[in-house]
Amino acid sequence: MTVAFILLALITVAAAVAAMSMPRLVHCALALVVAFAGLGCIFLALGAEFVGLAQLLVYVGAVAILIVFAILLTRGSEISMRPGARSAFSGTVIALAVFAVLAHAVMTSRVSRIATTVAPPSNRVQEIGVELLHQYVLPLEVIGLLLTAVLIGAVILAWREKPAAEQEGARTR
Amino acid sequence: MNPLSACLLVAAFLFCVGLAGALSRSSAILVLAGIELMLGAANLNFVAFWRYGSVAATSRVHALTGIMFVLFSIGVAAAEAAVGLALILAIYRHAKTSDVTEITELKG
Repeated sequence: MTVAFILLALITVAAAVAAMSMPRLVHCALALVVAFAGLGCIFLALGAEFVGLAQLLVYVGAVAILIVFAILLTRGSEISMRPGARSAFSGTVIALAVFAVLAHAVMTSRVSRIATTVAPPSNRVQEIGVELLHQYVLPLEVIGLLLTAVLIGAVILAWREKPAAEQEGARTR
Repeated sequence: MNPLSACLLVAAFLFCVGLAGALSRSSAILVLAGIELMLGAANLNFVAFWRYGSVAATSRVHALTGIMFVLFSIGVAAAEAAVGLALILAIYRHAKTSDVTEITELKG
């Protein structure tokens, strides 16, 4: 466990807490970008270069932009978290209980006592590409199909429906 | 405590932060962001087990399984975010709100 990992973990966790607790939506989105970038850097620090860069590209590049666009397009719906709201309290309590269970499970399991390997397993991009096109070619095709369907589905869902009267007017014109 | 359990603890905390956000925030966008955080925490678990697990070091065949899981998981998470945000936009246009406590019916 290196200093870099501890620092990155602290930044990521702090940004995630900020993203979920700030009152303004835009601030939440910016903190979320920091959290995703920190997660990508943790992947890099763990030696998974390709995955870390993919995480940075997909989350910081695409998902964050999507979220910012969604926030800007749903302006006027900005709701600050009511401090005394019951759901906020019970949600936090439930999350803390889940964390207590998970932490207890991690600390008491055999995992925390095994000797960990020092050098990261090899994960050159060339090997990843070869594996993707040999052993994992079916999942690759399926996820390509999924992303195509998602592209079409998202466009259809977000398509602005014109009111019926307006369509009628356009037809007669 | 070894590096593996440190990674697992960080991932567990990230998951719980995402869970708290998804449960307690009333904005639908932030609920989605919380779910993305939970997926990211799961990815961190995959990478941690790939990096520190002893299986990868001994067998050549499954050396890249953890990496592959994370790659496909990132793809599915991106797809989920795209469709989720499109749904939020559609609901906002219809109900004029993205507050999950106010959207109580699906009927248009």
